[in-house]
Amino acid sequence: MHRTFEKLISECEHIAFDLQFSHAKAWKRASSERFLAGYLPIYIPREVIHAMGGLPVGIMGTGDRMQIIKGDAYYQSYICHLPRGVVELAMSGAFAEFDAFIFPSICDVIRNLSGMFQIFKPDVFVKYLDLPQNFLPSVGGAYYRREIETTVEGILSHRSTVPFENEVWVERLNHSIRLYNENRALIERIVTIRQEYPWRVSAVDWYNVLRSGLAMPVEEHNNILYELEAYLQDDRGRPLDNIRVVISGAFCEQPPVGLIKTIELAGCYIVDDDFMLGSRWIEGDIAEDTSDPLGAIVDAYLQHSTFSASLYEAAPASGTKVERLASLVKSRKADGVIFAAPSFCDPALLDRPELQLGLERAGVRTIGFQYSENTGQFKVIKEEVGAFSDSIKLWGSGADGSEPDSHMWLPTVIEDLTAIA
Amino acid sequence: MSKIIAPPPFLKGAAKAAAKPSEVIKERSMLLQKQMLGDLFHDLTTAKDTGRKVVYTFVPGNLSELILAFDMLPVYPEINALQWGMRKKSGSLIRDAEKYGYSEDVCTYVKCDVGMFLNGNIGPTGEKLPPPDLLLLSYTGCFTFLKWFENLQKLYPGVPTAMLHTPYAADGVITEDMVTYMVRQLEEDVIPKMEMVSGKKFNPEKLSRHLGLASESEDWISKIFDLTKIVPSPIDAYFAGVYYIGPINAGFRGAESAVEYYHQLYLEVAERAREGRTPVTPEGELEEERFRLVVEGPPNWTHFREFWKLFYDMGAVVVASSYTKVGGLFDNGFRHDPDNPLESLARYCMGCYTNISLPERVNLLEGFIKDYKADGFLINSIKSCNSFSAGQLLIMRELEQRLGVPVSFIESDLVDPRYFSYANIKNRLDSFFQMMDQRKRVGGRHQFSKPEQTSSGEQCSMILPVLQQEGAL
Ligand code: SF4
Ligand code: SF4
Repeated sequence: MHRTFEKLISECEHIAFDLQFSHAKAWKRASSERFLAGYLPIYIPREVIHAMGGLPVGIMGTGDRMQIIKGDAYYQSYICHLPRGVVELAMSGAFAEFDAFIFPSICDVIRNLSGMFQIFKPDVFVKYLDLPQNFLPSVGGAYYRREIETTVEGILSHRSTVPFENEVWVERLNHSIRLYNENRALIERIVTIRQEYPWRVSAVDWYNVLRSGLAMPVEEHNNILYELEAYLQDDRGRPLDNIRVVISGAFCEQPPVGLIKTIELAGCYIVDDDFMLGSRWIEGDIAEDTSDPLGAIVDAYLQHSTFSASLYEAAPASGTKVERLASLVKSRKADGVIFAAPSFCDPALLDRPELQLGLERAGVRTIGFQYSENTGQFKVIKEEVGAFSDSIKLWGSGADGSEPDSHMWLPTVIEDLTAIA
Repeated sequence: MSKIIAPPPFLKGAAKAAAKPSEVIKERSMLLQKQMLGDLFHDLTTAKDTGRKVVYTFVPGNLSELILAFDMLPVYPEINALQWGMRKKSGSLIRDAEKYGYSEDVCTYVKCDVGMFLNGNIGPTGEKLPPPDLLLLSYTGCFTFLKWFENLQKLYPGVPTAMLHTPYAADGVITEDMVTYMVRQLEEDVIPKMEMVSGKKFNPEKLSRHLGLASESEDWISKIFDLTKIVPSPIDAYFAGVYYIGPINAGFRGAESAVEYYHQLYLEVAERAREGRTPVTPEGELEEERFRLVVEGPPNWTHFREFWKLFYDMGAVVVASSYTKVGGLFDNGFRHDPDNPLESLARYCMGCYTNISLPERVNLLEGFIKDYKADGFLINSIKSCNSFSAGQLLIMRELEQRLGVPVSFIESDLVDPRYFSYANIKNRLDSFFQMMDQRKRVGGRHQFSKPEQTSSGEQCSMILPVLQQEGAL
């Protein structure tokens, strides 16, 4: 081992929350061939950027680590917090060395932000990546393929480099697919270890490791994940009498780290979540070593996307969102689900009532609240989550068919957390 | 003898005071519209008996001609919601949806609709609406539509959904790839589901006939909204405009009745324009057109009359608005094309106002301000609507910088009465009118110039005080 567990985590934390993206910029400076493509939540096919010689850099907002001044001047009070931080970063020069920005189609805020970037940064390539909501290969698949191709063409034209020869492109893209498959497999393995032994690495530490992967080359992140996996083979930490929960609704604007910590301190092990969902969007591997790697990426999107508020429910083959969330709860042996969504986030909040109802019907206990990435006080949440945890310890999760206490059966919704904070 | 154009029916009582009854009767357009909506409502309430199939769908990017080609009947949940709002009854429906689990933060149209479902699906006129036979999810320009129908799928289990994903015109162009994607969806999902539900085979000739009629209606409505370029404007293109876009947005585009209605309306508005008359308001004809405005964003429905009064009391007339383009942007020459039926449906969906990129919205509004000789630009920012609202402050800043036009910004909601603050809106509008008044005294109307540079090189911004008041800076 090259570094201690603590050092590994602290290095990841530093990279994950460095709002100047210094690590990515240093990587770019090493060669004139390299470029940086910033992307917004949730999912883009990072393999393609990697194969072109670029580094896809996830832009997840500023969290509670930057005071927002200019960004607020562009947004009304009833729009979520994430775009304010992104605008603040743009205005403060944090994206100075970025060559392209990709805005995946997940909501109207991100969509309109792509237009704002077209105005702010007229010389940089800005791509709104319209992920298809039709999942037939000849319809949505054909369209998605063109979307990726025009992204590639756009980056090439802005960087005035010669397009790859086809064989080179195929080889490079296959190589990138292998690396990202490895990345997703490692993440999955660590999540599975955490499911069994969540005390070995805290949710916050794991969050830092995962988030750091958005701002460094995949090769480097894979090494970090191998190191972490090795550490997690040995027992570390001390098991607590916590319940096990899945977090849902936090896929875009990220919860502040303090909130993740609070959930754990209130008696919950987070055994799965949708933080940084893009890193885990494709379930399983994308086909490797094919003669049409772009087709393999498209097929994986059509057939192996995870479930998400930004994706039309009827499309993916493996069931409704309620069914998939319920099955995740079961496979992770979770005791309940915490619906944590950013304030003013239509996609997450409009999914919640039916998901919550559906899970309760399936005997899964839930609570829900809203946050903002810069929420600073968690007293109310701690109490609510603590009560949730205590009641499950006392009355059972309901998953075994036992009747839970009737008043706890109903969802607890902490209204407007930010106002309280 | 000159005529007074009929005001929208919801203003009938108030406007009668200004217009002699015998004159109002002469306005055929109003009677036609009443008849059309009455017939549709009758068809809907008797659909179960007559066996007509009912399609729930949305206004922006609606496939009106296709629905007509299958003899189906449309229900537009947003129109129900706005009508509940106008009747001041949306508040309790929204609260019911919130009790059911919907957050205070999400689009209130959705909550109003869910609230209506929870209360037995009684429509705004007091009669029960038939349940859908098909959910036609063509969701142009807004993600919330997708979420909305995913929720309706749970409320109406087993009802088939036909999904039409409209790509966003992010780069200001509609590419062949985008058209192909939409046409394939129509061919492989939407039309087969409509055939299945209606029990009828798709008839391309019938669709083309409706598309030809749609194109005629689009010609007339474009001409009507073009007449507001005249000074004084003969109608208000926002407050009365929302009424005039009713038929084309509520399922009649592509029907003969709509052609007749819009032709008739054109004749009436053109006559007003020829006579140099000002718009009719709920309190009669406007005495003097003092300010000409371009407005971005939907209106507030829960306090519609109070809201409008704040404008006409000051002699302010809206000469162009983006909201009247949500159901189709026909100003740029787009017309449904009977010779390219599916392709033109695709192009129509992609060209609706909220589906165009932010830079294109700025360009369009800039054109409106210049072409309609506006004195000022106003945004009514809707709390519910990310599709419209996210980015509006940049739109305002851009227009102010490009044209030096007085700009202002107010906030309300569509159908949630809790978000209408009369005093705040009035204060903001008073300052705005004052600003325009001063500008007109100094430079006369329509003399826009770029704002001056300060010594520090930064442009003076008229929107800064607005943002400061918001607590944003
Ligand atoms: S937090 Fe929600 S509303 Fe905000 S940008 Fe993300 S998905 Fe859109
Ligand atoms: S968000 Fe706006 S466009 Fe979308 S459904 Fe609500 S009001 Fe309509």
